[in-house]
Amino acid sequence: METPILEMKSITKEFPGVKALDDVTFSVRKGEIHCLVGENGAGKSTLMKVLSGVHPFGSYTGDINIEGELQKFGNIRDSEKAGIAIIYQELALIPELSVYENIFLGNEITNGLVIDSNESISQAVEILKKVGLDVNPMAKIKNLGVGKQQLVEIAKALKKDVKILILDEPTAALNENDSDNLLHLILELKKQGVTSILISHKLREVLEIADTITVLRDGKTVTTLDVESDKVSEPILIKNMVGRSIDNVFPKREKITVGDEVLRLEDWSAFSYAHGREILHNVNIKVHAGEIVGIAGLMGSGRTELAKSVFGNPDHYRLSGKVFIRGVEQKFRDPGDAIKSSMAYVTEDRKGNGLILIDDVKHNISLANLKEIAKAGVINENEEILVANQYRADLNIKTPSIQQKVRNLSGGNQQKVSLGKWLFVKPGIMILDEPTRGIDVGAKYEIYTIMNSLVEKGMSIIMISSELPEVLGMSDRIYVMSAGKIKGEMPIEEASQEEIMKLAVDY
Amino acid sequence: MEESKQTTNEKEHLTSLLTVLKTNISAYFMFIALIVIMVFFTVTTDGVFISSRNISNLINQMGYIAVLAVGMTLIIVIRHIELSVGYLAGFLGAFSAIAMTFWGWPVYAVIPAVMILGVLAGMLTATPVAKLGVPAFVSTMAAGLIFRGALLLVTMGTGTIVIKNSVFNAIGNGFIPDLPIPGLLPERHKLTLILGLAAIVLSIFSAIKSRKTRQSYNFSVPNFGLFVAQMVLVSVLIGYVTWILSGYNGISWSLVILLVVVAVFQFITTKTPLGRHIYAVGGNPEAAELSGISVSKITYIVFGAMGMLSSLSGIMYASRLRSATTTAGLGFETDAIAAAFVGGVSAAGGVGTITGSIIGALVMMSLTSGMNLMGIDISIQYIVRGAVLVLAVIFDRITRRKM
Repeated sequence: METPILEMKSITKEFPGVKALDDVTFSVRKGEIHCLVGENGAGKSTLMKVLSGVHPFGSYTGDINIEGELQKFGNIRDSEKAGIAIIYQELALIPELSVYENIFLGNEITNGLVIDSNESISQAVEILKKVGLDVNPMAKIKNLGVGKQQLVEIAKALKKDVKILILDEPTAALNENDSDNLLHLILELKKQGVTSILISHKLREVLEIADTITVLRDGKTVTTLDVESDKVSEPILIKNMVGRSIDNVFPKREKITVGDEVLRLEDWSAFSYAHGREILHNVNIKVHAGEIVGIAGLMGSGRTELAKSVFGNPDHYRLSGKVFIRGVEQKFRDPGDAIKSSMAYVTEDRKGNGLILIDDVKHNISLANLKEIAKAGVINENEEILVANQYRADLNIKTPSIQQKVRNLSGGNQQKVSLGKWLFVKPGIMILDEPTRGIDVGAKYEIYTIMNSLVEKGMSIIMISSELPEVLGMSDRIYVMSAGKIKGEMPIEEASQEEIMKLAVDY
Repeated sequence: MEESKQTTNEKEHLTSLLTVLKTNISAYFMFIALIVIMVFFTVTTDGVFISSRNISNLINQMGYIAVLAVGMTLIIVIRHIELSVGYLAGFLGAFSAIAMTFWGWPVYAVIPAVMILGVLAGMLTATPVAKLGVPAFVSTMAAGLIFRGALLLVTMGTGTIVIKNSVFNAIGNGFIPDLPIPGLLPERHKLTLILGLAAIVLSIFSAIKSRKTRQSYNFSVPNFGLFVAQMVLVSVLIGYVTWILSGYNGISWSLVILLVVVAVFQFITTKTPLGRHIYAVGGNPEAAELSGISVSKITYIVFGAMGMLSSLSGIMYASRLRSATTTAGLGFETDAIAAAFVGGVSAAGGVGTITGSIIGALVMMSLTSGMNLMGIDISIQYIVRGAVLVLAVIFDRITRRKM
């Protein structure tokens, strides 16, 4: 058997109080696409940080061999020299600089002292061709979509002499189209001889492109599977990831008769000054008590903008059209007004605009409804503890204590804190924007169960989601958005992935 | 079964106690540093530093910076900065002097009027920040220039304005009256001791009450020994400070004002929804906005409060000098910002306490006072204060990163 391009042997990495990696062995063959899967907190990112020198030699035990040679990386530069390039989920591009400037950032082509822009641009064009990206190399990064930015990031990595390309959840922020492009590119790079390691939660895409899959669980290697010879399927992967088989990815709920209309938008349009264009055009939707309404569509189709424009319009779009809550027209001046009308909005980006990461669990849960626990203008901190512990128990938030900073929780538990915060507002209409993005299979199931129990009690949920199986698995009714318009509405019985996709790409 | 539940409870309590300790480590550290600094100067000055007279002076000198530090804490917590407070204080001090001396306004009308002016000035400075997102650095620097010009303008004809109102001058120089009890502790300020005793009783009473309330909720409480130790420590601290103060003229009006300001702002920041909203805006403005908190409203409130405290600072300073001068307020903002950072406020927003900043102000003022007593040259004093500031911030940074 040939020497693997990468071999990590018996890697153990401890943080104070936690064994993040426990005797992990991970071996990658030259030229393959190797996927690393596991629940959040399984140790995937830590393993990649060990490999890239973020956790330097000496801070872990075990050996890293590249093409048979023992490596001792002291920092990221060392690992880059050895041909390892990592592309993180959060892109590391400078928005105000151009595409080519970003590609050569830190490795500028110079005539002695001065940057040779002409040479840089012509080299950039070549590299961009490699990743199949057709943009002006002098365009600013901030003017590109996330999908294209991702490709620029890859181009930047390819410019160096890359042996192993590591992609950490590259498609998490991409829509189906961009995801497909990216996966296609990875396959293309494989033909050119690049070895890729892909970390992903999206099992479907993992199965689509992987040659080999390694599953991590609780800091240990569970198994390494050859996709073809082991006949790997989604259920097999899930079983390995969680250590138990989940029969139904989506929990069943009692079908109840849909109640009265609670929310109606009439000819709802929004103009964004920041974008300089209209981002929502004549949206008409209705939501009833006790139903989950799915809003499907690609990234950038205006779903989040729709949610925000209704929820008190914090981005100050110029709005036209009408909002009716339980039949009464409302004009919300800010999110506070929307909350008073029993609305809640669990944001897509829980770290960016959902939670106060530096604050603890209990303060985050109480934040949007402090008056509930305040008497004569003074917060009753004992009541607050009761409330926080209640939601911690109800939502199964895994945290050492409610005094824990939210920053230190895993993605799934952060999402549950977010949910707890908005449930404490006691809303009648809840907008969930990408409720399960970036969280593990087990936590997803829990969140679906919570959603079901909420609508069974008569709440209305608007669920914005990029994951079609989720939309199909959870919704009672589906709207499909594209380019700021509602392209179609369908009851769940008539919906299919193909039908939704057809509308979503209809511009 | 029951027993295992007990142990989990205890374990949970321990972890939460540890979290609290860790969170506040920089605050405790600064407190310990303050005591070390005080002991150091007491030794090097043969006890002059800790003498009643010096401590009393130190507090009076600190007052007008400490009230600014309280406001600056909140400004930095919401991720802004306020560079105009020194000149605003100087201008409002001069305004008070003019109103009393030339316009003949009664002192009891001047003080509230100046405080209202302060609020308005703060909110005006905040308007470009809150409404248009102009960086506070620019907006407040511009406001500072304007207030400085205004100060020069109003004192142009007269130069230094001497203030003759004894009530006004008592704010920065006077002390609370003593009880006329002949024969009892003739060397001591009796009312100060009585107030100190009252403070001790009150703190013990409220601690017991809060412990009882927690128990009524079935929450775990620290074990009784620890609780008593804490009580004793707080009592000794209050007792010692009042004992020292009673050896000179007792509690000064400056200290009264400072204590009221600290109590009010401590209460607002820790106990009220408004306080939570301020920290939420600092921790994550977008999340705060989406939680129904108006970021611009909070910005106005915090800058308005800062303006009000600037007016107090200006009044205290003018009163202390018994006059309004053309250079009043110069550099106050730097001292206030330094006190806040030494006290553990984070420029990244959302972190920082009122009590921490007061400790920061005490540290900086103790350094000045102690080095003055030791006869250290002003050049070295600046270097030492700069070094302490940067070391405090570095320490804060390191302890925070470890969490």
